[in-house]
Amino acid sequence: MAEQTIAMGKGEIGKKRSKKLTWMKENWILYLMLMPGVILTFVFRYIPMYGVVIAFQNFSPIRGVFGSEWVGFQHFTRFLTSPNFGMIFDNTLRLSVLGLIAGFPVPIILALMINQIRRKGAKKNIQLILYAPNFISVVVVVGMLFILLAPTGPVNSIVTMFTGEPIFFMSKPEYFRTIYILSGIWQGAGWSSIIYTAALANVDTQLYDAAMIDGASLFQRIRHVELPVLKPTMVVLFILAAGGIMSVGFEKAFLMQTAMNLPASEIIPTHVYKVGLLSMDFSFGSAIGLFNTVINLILLIIVNTIVKKLNEGEGII
Amino acid sequence: MHYTKIDKTLLIVNKLVLVMIVLITLLPLIYVLLASFLEPGTLLTGGITDIKASDFTLDGYRRVLQDSTIIRGFINSFIYSTLFAVLTVVFTVLTAYPLSVNGFVGKKIVMTFFLITMFIGGGLIPTYLLIKDLGMLNTVWAIVLPGALGVFNIILAKTYFQGIPKELSEAAQMDGASHFQIFIKIILPLAKPIMFVLALFAFVGQWNSFFDAMIYLDDPTMRPLQLVLRSILIQNEVQPGMINDQAAMIEMNRIAQMIQYATIVISSLPLLVMYPFFQKYFEKGVIVGSLK
Repeated sequence: MAEQTIAMGKGEIGKKRSKKLTWMKENWILYLMLMPGVILTFVFRYIPMYGVVIAFQNFSPIRGVFGSEWVGFQHFTRFLTSPNFGMIFDNTLRLSVLGLIAGFPVPIILALMINQIRRKGAKKNIQLILYAPNFISVVVVVGMLFILLAPTGPVNSIVTMFTGEPIFFMSKPEYFRTIYILSGIWQGAGWSSIIYTAALANVDTQLYDAAMIDGASLFQRIRHVELPVLKPTMVVLFILAAGGIMSVGFEKAFLMQTAMNLPASEIIPTHVYKVGLLSMDFSFGSAIGLFNTVINLILLIIVNTIVKKLNEGEGII
Repeated sequence: MHYTKIDKTLLIVNKLVLVMIVLITLLPLIYVLLASFLEPGTLLTGGITDIKASDFTLDGYRRVLQDSTIIRGFINSFIYSTLFAVLTVVFTVLTAYPLSVNGFVGKKIVMTFFLITMFIGGGLIPTYLLIKDLGMLNTVWAIVLPGALGVFNIILAKTYFQGIPKELSEAAQMDGASHFQIFIKIILPLAKPIMFVLALFAFVGQWNSFFDAMIYLDDPTMRPLQLVLRSILIQNEVQPGMINDQAAMIEMNRIAQMIQYATIVISSLPLLVMYPFFQKYFEKGVIVGSLK
C-alpha cells in the first residue's frame, strides 16, 4: 500500500512537471514579454550588487573588479574608527527615528479628522489643498526654507519683533532636525493620509449603526470602529518605515546642508556621496553604503519580529 | 448619525483645527506667490494693507523668462519626464501582464526576483560605476532607463490586470487568441486608467527629481529644470569680493531675491495647477497600490 502511494506520488510529480513544461511551451510569448523587465532589473539592480565585492577591495576602475587588490574589512574598520563615525551614525539614526515618531501619527490623525467632515464638497477641497505640497519638488521646498527662514526673511522679521535678534535657522545645527522634520510633515502628511482615508471609506456602515445603538460617543466610535479598520495599514506602513530608517531621504538633507549645520546634517547617505563620488574613493564609499544596507535589513527584521509578536503573528515577511 | 452635545462641540473644534491646518499649508505658498509680484522687502516692512501700487513689479518674471538656462531646463525636463513616463508604462505593463495570468508557471520565482530589489541594492557607487562602464554618462539614458521599472508599479499594474474579469480573456482564448493578442486587444484597452496613473506618477517623479541628473550629467545644456533651480535657489553664493560697489551689491541682492520668488512660482505652478484635474487618478494609484 505504502509503496503504491509513493509510486503514485512520483508519477504525479512527473506528470505535474511535464504539464508545467507544456504550459510553458504553449505560452512562451508570456516569457518573452517578461524579458525586457527582467533584463532591465538584472542590469541595473543586480549587477550593482557587486558593490558588495568592491567594498572589500581597493577598487581601481582601471583594473576592474577582478584585478583589484583584496583588503578584507579594512574599509569598514576605517569607517567605524574614523573620528566622524559617531556623529554621522548618531545624526542618521536621530533624524529618521525622530522623523518617524513625529511624522507617522500625523497622516492617521489627519485622515480621522477629515473623515468626520460630512459635507462632500468641503471634504474634497480640504484634501485638494492638503495634498498640494506633495507636488512641489524637494529643491523648491528647500529653496523656500532658505528664503523664508533667512536672517532677513519673513519668519525672522517676526522673531526679531520679540527677541530683537534674528535666528540663523539654516546655519545652526540645533535647528536642522526640527526644520527637516516639520517641513517634511508640511509637505507629505496630507498626501500620506490618502491611504488611511481610503481605508476609512470602507468602514462597514453596520458597525457605525451598532455603535450608535450602543450609545458610543465620537471618541468611542473612533477607538472601536475606525482605528481597528486602520490597523492593518498602520502595521504595514510602520514596518516599512522602520525598515527604511537608515535610508532617510538623502536629497533633502543634502540640499539643506550648509557648512555650518554639518554637525547635525551630515548623515550616512550624504557621506557616501561625498566620499564615494566627490572624492572618488569608490571602495570606501561602497563599504559605508553596505554598512547602511545591512543595518537597514537588520532593523527591518527586528521590527517585523516585534510587530508580529504584538500583532498576533501578522507581519509583512 | 447620533451626536451628543460633547460630540457636537468636538466636531466644531475639529473643523476649526482643520481650517487652521489648511491655512498653515497654504501660508508659505501664498507668501511666495504674493512676494513674487512685489519689490523685495515690501512684505517685511509693513502689513498687507500697506502695499502700494508702486510696490508691484513683474521684473522678477521678466528676468526669469528671458533666462535661457531656465527655458532650456523646462524643455529638458519635459523631454526627460515624457520619455521616462513612456518607458515606465511600457516596461511595467509588459512585466505585470504575465504575472497576472492565472497559472503562470514560475510566478513565485519571478516575483521574488523583483521583490528582492526592494530590500537589497548595490547602492550609489556601484550603480554609478555601472552607468559609467556602460558609457551612459552624459546621456539621457542614465536618467530615464535605470528607474523605469519599479516593484511598486509592477504590483500596481498586476493588481489592476487581475481585477479585469477573467471571462473576457477566457472567451478570447476559446476563439484561439494567443496571450499576446489578448494582451493587446482586450487587456490594454481596459487598462488605460492604470497606464495613465503610471505615466502621471512617473512624469511627476522625474519632473521633480534632480539627483540622477546631478551625478550623471556634466553638460550644462542638458541640465533639467530642478538642477537649474538648485543653482538659483540654493547655491546662490553672492561673492562680496567680486563687487566693490556697495550700491551694486544691494541691487544684485534685490534682483537675486526677485528672481528666486519668480522661479519658485514659475517652476511649481504647472504641476500645482494641473494636479487637481488628475487628483482622482493619483488617489487611485495610491489606493490600488496599497491593496497589494
